Amino acid sequence: MRPSLQRHRSVLDFALSSLLRRKGRNLALTAVYTLVVFVLASLVFFVQALKHEARELLEHAPDMVVQRMVAGRHDPMPASQVEAIREIRGVEEAEARIWGYYYDPVYGGNLTVMASQDPTLAPGSAWIGRGVARNMRVAEGDMVPLRGYDGLPILFTIQKVLAEDSELVAADLVVLAPTDVRALFNLPEGLATDLAVRAGNPRELATIASKIVEKFPDARPILKAEMLRTYEAAFDWRGGLMVVVLASAILSFIIFAWDKATGLSAEERKEIGILKSIGWESGDVLLLKFWEGAVVSLAAFLGGVLLAYGHVFFFSATLFEHALKGWSVLFPRFRLIPALDAYQITVLFFLTVLPYTAATLVPCWRAAMADPDSAMRS
Amino acid sequence: MRPSTLCVTLFGTLAALFAGMLLHARGRQATATRERAGRVELVRSLGLTDLCLFTEARYTRHPAMADRHAAFQDHPMALDHFPSGSLLAPPPFPSSHAPIPPATSQRP
Repeated sequence: MRPSLQRHRSVLDFALSSLLRRKGRNLALTAVYTLVVFVLASLVFFVQALKHEARELLEHAPDMVVQRMVAGRHDPMPASQVEAIREIRGVEEAEARIWGYYYDPVYGGNLTVMASQDPTLAPGSAWIGRGVARNMRVAEGDMVPLRGYDGLPILFTIQKVLAEDSELVAADLVVLAPTDVRALFNLPEGLATDLAVRAGNPRELATIASKIVEKFPDARPILKAEMLRTYEAAFDWRGGLMVVVLASAILSFIIFAWDKATGLSAEERKEIGILKSIGWESGDVLLLKFWEGAVVSLAAFLGGVLLAYGHVFFFSATLFEHALKGWSVLFPRFRLIPALDAYQITVLFFLTVLPYTAATLVPCWRAAMADPDSAMRS
Repeated sequence: MRPSTLCVTLFGTLAALFAGMLLHARGRQATATRERAGRVELVRSLGLTDLCLFTEARYTRHPAMADRHAAFQDHPMALDHFPSGSLLAPPPFPSSHAPIPPATSQRP
């Protein structure tokens, strides 16, 4: 074995025996450190996967949704506007969407009721999301009553429960025939909730949007890019969920590193003094402390990241479930697809391992520079 | 056995697990298109615009479609009703708080 490698190995042996001498303290330290990395990594993995999923799915959303605004609120759109928008040059397809919200008084959940032109969906039948089926405890072939605008229940036969893997977009969906949605919400013929537009050339979207606003000043076009930006912003580093968890995790890490950086225990000073008095150089002492820090921080980093991966992608981020649920009665159950990013893992590494190692080395360097005699006496 | 041998073995195992994690993620990504096909079909056929994450209120269920003044859409001084309101940042649409140019009057 090369002498330099042999030297490192001997120092590592000494560092490990030094760590084992203070077993309880170092185990507690590694556990706390792992926990901090676990929380941070879970959050990064979760948010990254959600953002990626939103990007991949909303790529297939309509290029633009046009709403009609009345007194600052979203209002149904007359068919005449739909026709006029369809005729704008560059609009390839414009489809009126009929949808709304339904509060289920029995289970207290909010459902999204949507009309589908699918010919296999017969009037009087419904396709329901897995979350709705779970909450209402119904299955295919069962009947579900929905209370109409006049308070009278309308019965629908469940034709299909949407697949389990669709929960991320459709857990709360109730898909009905257009006539049924109109009957349920008392939405007259000739009115639609909004308009989904697909453009032949996505570069023309901004022009199409400005033409729509010019023609109908009460229209509000929402471009696909804006829909995507909504999710980018919701799960951004700077806002929302990230800030809430990240702030507390980073704060606890700062306190933890600060405690480490503010000084060594008398026992550690004495140890450094003894090592120097028996011939160790300052460089050797620093190497010893580097290995001690590296063992703890690398173990915590690798352990924390692996646990976080399992938590998010095998156990569906159960710890974040309560934060996401809020007051929702109907909550989707989904398994995210990992979207690991080398940049995120590197940031996590530099955010956790480097500050800790630096925080360990600085006080040791100060102690190693001191006179061995005074270090032993202190 | 020297403690360093044990330590290197432990870190080797952790590194192997880490590499396994990266490979697993890559494997899931490779089959993601197939796994996502059902969701994509629903989004395309129904023209869905949002993920179903928070179902408690209109503006959390469909944040991309929400009114510009969500979460204060019920009236201007209304406080947010739901805990997730504090988790969802407002979308970066053109701000309604952008400075309004001073009114100009035209003389006849």
